[in-house]
Amino acid sequence: MSEPQSSLLTALDLVPFGQNGQEGRFFALRLTHPGWARWRPGQFVMLRPVSFGLELPWARPFGICHMTSRYLICFFQVAGRGTRRMAELRPGDKVRVWGPLGNGFAIEPDTPTLLLAGGMGIVPFVGYVHTHPKPWNVSMLFGHREPLNCYPLDSINERITVDSLRENTPGDLDNFIFGMQERMQDVAEQGGLVLACGPQPFLRMVQQLSLDLGVRTQLSLENRMACGVGACLGCVSRVTDKWPVQEKRGGLVQVCNHGPVFWADQIEL
Amino acid sequence: METRMDLSVTLKGQVCDLHLKNPVLTASGTFGYGLEFAPYGDLASLGGLVVKGLSLEPREGNPCPRIVETAAGMLNAVGLQNDGVEAFCTQKLPRLPWRETTVIANIYAASAEDFGRLAARLDAEEGVAAIEVNVSCPNVKQGGVLFGQDPQLAAAVTAAVRKNAPHKHIMLKLSPNVTDLTLMARSVEDAGADSISCINTLLGMSVDVRSRRPRLANVVGGLSGPAIKPVALRCVWQVARAVKIPVVGLGGIVNAEDALEFILVGASAIQVGTANFMNPDNAFRLVAELPGTCARLGVDDLASLRGSLVS
Repeated sequence: MSEPQSSLLTALDLVPFGQNGQEGRFFALRLTHPGWARWRPGQFVMLRPVSFGLELPWARPFGICHMTSRYLICFFQVAGRGTRRMAELRPGDKVRVWGPLGNGFAIEPDTPTLLLAGGMGIVPFVGYVHTHPKPWNVSMLFGHREPLNCYPLDSINERITVDSLRENTPGDLDNFIFGMQERMQDVAEQGGLVLACGPQPFLRMVQQLSLDLGVRTQLSLENRMACGVGACLGCVSRVTDKWPVQEKRGGLVQVCNHGPVFWADQIEL
Repeated sequence: METRMDLSVTLKGQVCDLHLKNPVLTASGTFGYGLEFAPYGDLASLGGLVVKGLSLEPREGNPCPRIVETAAGMLNAVGLQNDGVEAFCTQKLPRLPWRETTVIANIYAASAEDFGRLAARLDAEEGVAAIEVNVSCPNVKQGGVLFGQDPQLAAAVTAAVRKNAPHKHIMLKLSPNVTDLTLMARSVEDAGADSISCINTLLGMSVDVRSRRPRLANVVGGLSGPAIKPVALRCVWQVARAVKIPVVGLGGIVNAEDALEFILVGASAIQVGTANFMNPDNAFRLVAELPGTCARLGVDDLASLRGSLVS
């Protein structure tokens, strides 16, 4: 895995997503290439525009959406002070970025792989499907609340099959859970792999299904963090007695440098 | 133009001196065990690193959420989560570049006796150059800031550490959460401290008006970051005039000018804390920019700048 590094990147552009009342809430941020030798989908960056000044001391963690030979793409939804400030970025603005951080998702080219994305949890899967050597073995189920065009779905659609379900009523959620269960059941029978990213309640649901069905599953957590490198101890979660390092079993580990991706039977949510 | 300048500092203690190749240390709790930051700079370029607070036994710390961003700062109520002194000595310390830079072990305990035991354990470690004694943590129920608010208790802790670590430089880290910090400073000086570092975090809280809940599970936590720099400067200025032992200044330092401000009010060295979260190479940059900043400000050597505040 590539050693992380801290770089001052330049914003190339900020592309808004969504319409019909969603304007100004969903953005793809394209940044100059940070010069990393390698990265893995599921890894993340800490991102801090110079414009944060002293007022907002923390960088914000973002799963890497995608990276090409020329640029790095992060995708964000405006949710608070930091992302509101990020939505004002202009081409040429400087952004401090450190990464690639964390471990990333498992890539098993020949294993049937089901991606489960909840809302903004779709972001790291853009890079995943674009770097997977055999995308025909990958499929996705996407649950979301905002209109589809708020999310970076098109670039995933061009590589793999995506079934999406929008949650408008509580009944839709039941349908989604039922759909997940069916798909995970199939994957379990094929000896496949499930990868999930999304909000905590969604991950809990996936974790429960995974344990019930006995299907190998990885979950990507997004805990609050200040540093991203394992020092601030703000992002800790408890690992189970299945955790590989014996002394740490049942204890707290930093999500940033022990995750953010965990096997479903090794982490408490 | 290349700027060459001798940045080395000696903290002249009552028992043990501490030699630093430059006055820039990283503050406890903001730099892990140092290794976490190795990808971002040369640890050996730092004046030294103060590792995450160590206790006799491993500690889990407080429940989450235990950090929150505030205006120009942050609150933390981590509660001294650490693997314990033994794991540090056997697993972390051997991997640190302690021959090239100064490693300072920060310790916390709930009684003077346990402070003494920690000190004795660390006194045996060649790789530990100094012990920073945390009598000021606001985030632990027992002890912590209590020791830092009572001059007699702080003196007892200092004496216990001094007695059990006769070969190490003993630095007392003081809390700003007191009425008269100079009283505390004189008390630990009299009890044998070699130096004083100040300030630890300021006790604070943050609330979410929508949920009507505190933003930290612990309710209260320690405030750090640029927001506290004026308080820190004031404290260092007061303490440096009250004691003869060297003072290490910290609180909101981000860049070389901040560092020089602390030296100007009397600090012999400084620590970079929360700024390590703003950018993981912040401390390394500060070291690199120090000679140039000194040159620009007409500072020939740090010793002549120290305490030269014009009033």
